[in-house]
Amino acid sequence: MKIPKKYKIILYGLLGLFSLYFLLPFVWVILAALKTEAEVFSFPPKIFPDVPQWKNFVDAWNSQPFGTYLKNSVIVTVMTTLGQLISCSLVAYGFARYDFKYKNILFVILLATMMIPWDVTMIPLYMEFNMLGWINTLKPLVVPAFFGSAYYIFLLRQFLMSVPKDLENAARIDGANEFQIFFKIFLPIMKAPLILIAVLNILSVWNDYLGPLIYLQDQSKYTLALGLAAFKGIHDLQILPIMSITLVMIIPPVVIFLFAQKYIVEGISGSIK
Amino acid sequence: MLSKSRKANGYQLVNKKVPYLFILPWIIGFLVFTLGPLIFSLIMSFFDWPITSSPTFVGIENYKTMFTNDPQFYKSLEITLKFAAVFVPLNLVIALILALLITQPLKGIKMFRTIFYLPAVVSGVAISIIWGWIFNSEYGILNYILSLIGIEGPQWLVDPKWAILTIVIASAWGVGTMMLIFYTDIKGIPQELYEAAAIDGAGLFRQFFSITIPCITPTILFNVITSVIAALQQLALVLLLTGGGPLKSTYFYGLYVYNNAFKHHELGYASANAWLMFIVILILTMVIFKSSSTWVFYENEVKRKGKKKK
Repeated sequence: MKIPKKYKIILYGLLGLFSLYFLLPFVWVILAALKTEAEVFSFPPKIFPDVPQWKNFVDAWNSQPFGTYLKNSVIVTVMTTLGQLISCSLVAYGFARYDFKYKNILFVILLATMMIPWDVTMIPLYMEFNMLGWINTLKPLVVPAFFGSAYYIFLLRQFLMSVPKDLENAARIDGANEFQIFFKIFLPIMKAPLILIAVLNILSVWNDYLGPLIYLQDQSKYTLALGLAAFKGIHDLQILPIMSITLVMIIPPVVIFLFAQKYIVEGISGSIK
Repeated sequence: MLSKSRKANGYQLVNKKVPYLFILPWIIGFLVFTLGPLIFSLIMSFFDWPITSSPTFVGIENYKTMFTNDPQFYKSLEITLKFAAVFVPLNLVIALILALLITQPLKGIKMFRTIFYLPAVVSGVAISIIWGWIFNSEYGILNYILSLIGIEGPQWLVDPKWAILTIVIASAWGVGTMMLIFYTDIKGIPQELYEAAAIDGAGLFRQFFSITIPCITPTILFNVITSVIAALQQLALVLLLTGGGPLKSTYFYGLYVYNNAFKHHELGYASANAWLMFIVILILTMVIFKSSSTWVFYENEVKRKGKKKK
């Protein structure tokens, strides 16, 4: 279908307008991070810095234990991703490739858990982790991931349902046991959906603010998101370091997204069918 | 279906426990991190449960207090429902427009798809900082731009009239996920439908309302429900951008529950608050679902093959 030229101009105009809304705020933050104190507070605002102040990043990074925050964020992100990949693939496989008693009701329960507002379980969970002595550690953020997450299980299960059944039957006849079939045959073909849930998990954990806010108390335990929010809360007017750390914080998700875009675009759609 | 094919192959699962071993991680997680806490919070909601001393059973007192003796409850509920009433339709319409735009066969369209999705991968902390800086009434770029066209911008985050709008604008920034869901759905609509309609003389608008919209009603339903749930639970952005102020004009229900629990340490009362929202969400979802039979069409009604064109 060819689009007439008249429409093309309107369409590009609209695309451009929306791009301003989605892109300019990023640009404005980058520009702010590179300005001097005088430039950033000047009025009328100065669009470009005279000399880009790259040292802003170094100063900001050293002003707080951001290195520690980064380390904590990386630990939580890597560990939860590992946990989700292991547990969700096992559980999804169980739901997709076997028939067993109570399967349907269990699966409906799994789907229903996605509707529970998080503040309903927030208080007992806090008490539970408190009883275990886990408050002010990274454990409450990490351990639940090893028990799977309904949405990711659902995504993987949808994928596994589409794989022909002959696959495991042939292997069974060859004498493979159930776990061998899972590891040797199914895990390799689950690459695309596993990358999808790894990316989704990395994004959500790296960006999470409420979890760390509730469970972490000492600065030495903060994640980057919590550390940045706390820093902003205290030093509201130190725009330069706030903007530079904000940039540092959004670079990893943006880079990961750019690389994994294909998996997200293709994967998200399959989920609701 | 699975069992049938298994019998057809003459295969019997030797050990009946195997499937349960696979789903065991989720079952444990469900009991420990979901069902247990869910039941416990329901029990707590019938107790006066201060953090410092032992809990006492008070029956439905917490629920009674909420409705008869706590003006903030109504205010927070009202703010949150108002927010949802603006946020949900606005997000749906923006997501749909964006999805329609990026399904057009234009040069460079993939780049726009990337741009539109980009904010959806950014942390709420970053979003609040970015928009806080833009909305800043002294140094913010927004009011400067407005001043160039002769408008004196409001004190966005300081004026109770405007603060809630800033939250709407900042949260609409993450509309990308919903856009992508619409996008793949619209791409799956067979091109023949449009071609046939065009031959019958249907214009673009007619095609949109008679083909596109009916084909994507299941997706609209999905997006309505997920965004209603998300809007009613909005907390992170509120905490970060306005902290509930100014003058509690953005004291959302999520923040109200959070503060009752972790600031005022009224664990029983906060549990009752949370359960009430849970019930509201359940009822709303059910109403939306019930209504959906009148406006949602499923695939077997409109034959679709998910044929992709480019």
